[in-house]
Amino acid sequence: MNLLQIIYLIASLTFIIGIKMLGKPESARRGNLIAAFGMTIAIFGTIFLYEGIQTSNYGWIFGGLVVGTVIGTLMAKKVKMTGMPQMVSFFNGMGGACAGIISLVEFNHILQQGDFLTAPKVKLAIIFLGLVIGSISFAGSMIAYGKLVEKIKDKVLPLQQVVNIGLLLLILGIAAAATVGYISTPNVLFLILVLSLLYGVLFVMPIGGADMPVVISLLNSFTGVAAAMGGFLYDNKVMLFGGILVGSAGTLLTVVMCKAMNRSLTNVLIGNFGGGNKDAGEGKAITGSIKEISKADAAVLMKYSKKVVIVPGYGLAVAQAQHICHELEQVLEDEGVEVKYAIHPVAGRMPGHMNVLLAESNVSYDKLIEMDDINPEFKTTDVVLIVGANDVVNPAAKNDPSSPIYGMPILDVEDAAHTIVMKRSMKAGYAGIENELFFSPKNSMLFGDAKKTLTELVSELKSL
Amino acid sequence: MNTIIDFIANNQLMIYLVILMIFVGIELIEKVPSVLHTPLMSGANAIHGVVIIGAIIIMGEAENMYATILGFIAVVLGTLNVVGGFVVTDRMLEMFKKKKK
Repeated sequence: MNLLQIIYLIASLTFIIGIKMLGKPESARRGNLIAAFGMTIAIFGTIFLYEGIQTSNYGWIFGGLVVGTVIGTLMAKKVKMTGMPQMVSFFNGMGGACAGIISLVEFNHILQQGDFLTAPKVKLAIIFLGLVIGSISFAGSMIAYGKLVEKIKDKVLPLQQVVNIGLLLLILGIAAAATVGYISTPNVLFLILVLSLLYGVLFVMPIGGADMPVVISLLNSFTGVAAAMGGFLYDNKVMLFGGILVGSAGTLLTVVMCKAMNRSLTNVLIGNFGGGNKDAGEGKAITGSIKEISKADAAVLMKYSKKVVIVPGYGLAVAQAQHICHELEQVLEDEGVEVKYAIHPVAGRMPGHMNVLLAESNVSYDKLIEMDDINPEFKTTDVVLIVGANDVVNPAAKNDPSSPIYGMPILDVEDAAHTIVMKRSMKAGYAGIENELFFSPKNSMLFGDAKKTLTELVSELKSL
Repeated sequence: MNTIIDFIANNQLMIYLVILMIFVGIELIEKVPSVLHTPLMSGANAIHGVVIIGAIIIMGEAENMYATILGFIAVVLGTLNVVGGFVVTDRMLEMFKKKKK
């Protein structure tokens, strides 16, 4: 038993050190491995050293571990880089479900020892809270997953916010009443379970797909808190430690992400941005003409530039164009052109999504410049090549107060001498609004699939 | 009311720990470049998989059908969270390499 406590202590330390190291590009990978090591010793320590584990159940434990490991590894290995956000959401949901099940079983233990009304109140409260938070996290994560794979559409019911808040209060009220003994039927547990699952669904349903990363981050911290409830339940320090750590770090990460979009968390949660609410204002109608550019002209323009900045967006991810994008960068660099990437904090579907994607194709991360650092540089840039990005370069965010994205910091691409927008069609971006940049006299459009167009651009450049 | 006060008095250490951990968590995240937000979220996701310990405990202590079935499911789901979480994070970070020339 004492050895187990030391193992838990070491595991807890690896979690802190791991998260710390994850915060720096050079040490991030090692940090992840260190935390994984800590988790492994905590798991095996529990199996072999925890008092009360019956050896007759070893088969079930190892069976579960093997099944989970095989499925988890396969899923994590097979997922494409573009599918990363939904994968994280899925695994998060699994953790939430796990926390919920622990509460179900522990409540049953109490029932076997007699009436739950005589059980310690604090223990009951912890069991109920674990169930509520775990279930919300599970149901919410599954809806977020569905939205990211585009199987579930945004849906806003009438009076949705009122219903949501009412439902949450109802759940907490029932849990509190059952804890202090006003409700005596043990079936109350299943009522709480069902209502919590329903709340998880309703909570995420109206939030626009573009805001899913924020939601996933929030649900991530929920699961952390649910895990911490287990820590209280078993007086288990490592669960408490890991859970609270993720709970607080996750909450802060959520706030940081919101800040990157210049919006408050409340605004994300009830703002219906990109959702069904069309009264929010669609921005000014834009009149003017757009001009197209041929691939050959675009190639010439870039070849004789001093500095080219590439702005990647979700279109690049969808077209899997990151490798050819890197090739374009190399061809231009060979011609003596300075090439950089401008990374908007919310480009793609997740903060850092573009970095992960471009890093996959060996783009060195010191070429990926964050918004605040690249913005002053646009004035000295000859050509900005926008690949499948839209809202993050929409000037309406700065000069049209009626626009739904007004106030969001954007990349100041209009400061550059030329902009070339690579897009499949004139369709609006995720926020569903027109982009007046397309109509700017300095801008040219290059229509087509990002991968195909970039490939042709590279061969044009090579033949010049 | 008394139960709450008793609880706090009996669990002082735990409560101190919770408060400290909240600040440690905030401190750890504060100055992270947005480049690493996704891997960090994914890494944190794997760490809350520590809930697997609770799953192992209920599975190990299971004496009836109900606890055995639910315990087994919990172990599988918890393992998915842990293993999937760490592997996905590792895959993301594998790609953060310095430029090779």
